Amino acid sequence: MSDIAIIKIGNKIIVPIQNELNDIIAEKLQASILKTIESVGAKGLIIDVSTLSIIDSFMGRLLVDTAKMAQLMGCETALTGMRKEVVLTLVQLGLIISDINTSLNIEDGIELLDRIIRGRND
Amino acid sequence: MTNIQRDKIDIPVTSFEEVILARQLVRELMERLGFSLLAQTRIVTAVSELARNMVVHAKDGRLTATKVTQGARVGVNCIFQDSGPGIEDIDQAMREGYSTTKSLGLGLGGAKKLCGEFNITSSMGKGTKIDITEWVK
Ligand SMILES: Nc1ncnc2c1ncn2[C@@H]1O[C@H](COP(=O)(O)OP(=O)(O)OP(=O)(O)O)[C@@H](O)[C@H]1O
Ligand SMILES: [Mg+2]
Repeated sequence: MSDIAIIKIGNKIIVPIQNELNDIIAEKLQASILKTIESVGAKGLIIDVSTLSIIDSFMGRLLVDTAKMAQLMGCETALTGMRKEVVLTLVQLGLIISDINTSLNIEDGIELLDRIIRGRND
Repeated sequence: MTNIQRDKIDIPVTSFEEVILARQLVRELMERLGFSLLAQTRIVTAVSELARNMVVHAKDGRLTATKVTQGARVGVNCIFQDSGPGIEDIDQAMREGYSTTKSLGLGLGGAKKLCGEFNITSSMGKGTKIDITEWVK
């Protein structure tokens, strides 16, 4: 089983997905992300999907669900690095990912989350 | 039996690990045949949906992917064949939002939208066969 790093930086956690995940490993990853959000009290979650060559309905739904659950735990999510071919394919497939924050890369994602978190505290 | 050649792949798809393998092998074949990155992404996504359906809904699934030609045209053909329960009402199964496993019900209809040519035949108690073809543009 491939272990996926969950990196904590300040009030955020960053999950760089490194390779194609099968359904079972993807579900385990979702569980450990939520557990980490809870244990460190993270305010922001970045899932970097730049290495994923495809996102199908299963993975797409898992990502959207993870973001929704994180939000219920007081943690905002940014999905970073999604390839343009992947975005086009998801739209054609009929999966709506518009209710999830996306950024070009991890750095932009951190900035975006900082703005959202700051806005919420004002 | 697993058979992987330059222009022909024939593999069992009975586990989520084999779904990933199916994706990788079809992508490599499409790369060799000169498909664009977008075409590869679309077809490999469809392959993922159809391969997963064989694992989740059926048994003894197999994927055969081959290079096809028609005059000067080059394409890829993928056949997903299983010995599962079959699909009673194909039109209903293809509809977005229909799922017998409380999932999104996007897979089958979505896969059709992603492929140039898409054919499905199913027989109750015998199994399902889905045949897709995409041509290099
Ligand atoms: N190979 C198959 N054998 C038998 N039934 C199938 C097969 N593929 C699909 N089905 C049936 O068609 C329905 C719709 O399939 P579809 O892939 O669209 O949705 P799903 O697999 O239920 O959900 P998901 O959105 O996660 O793919 C399934 O719920 C299942 O009943
Ligand atoms: Mg499906």
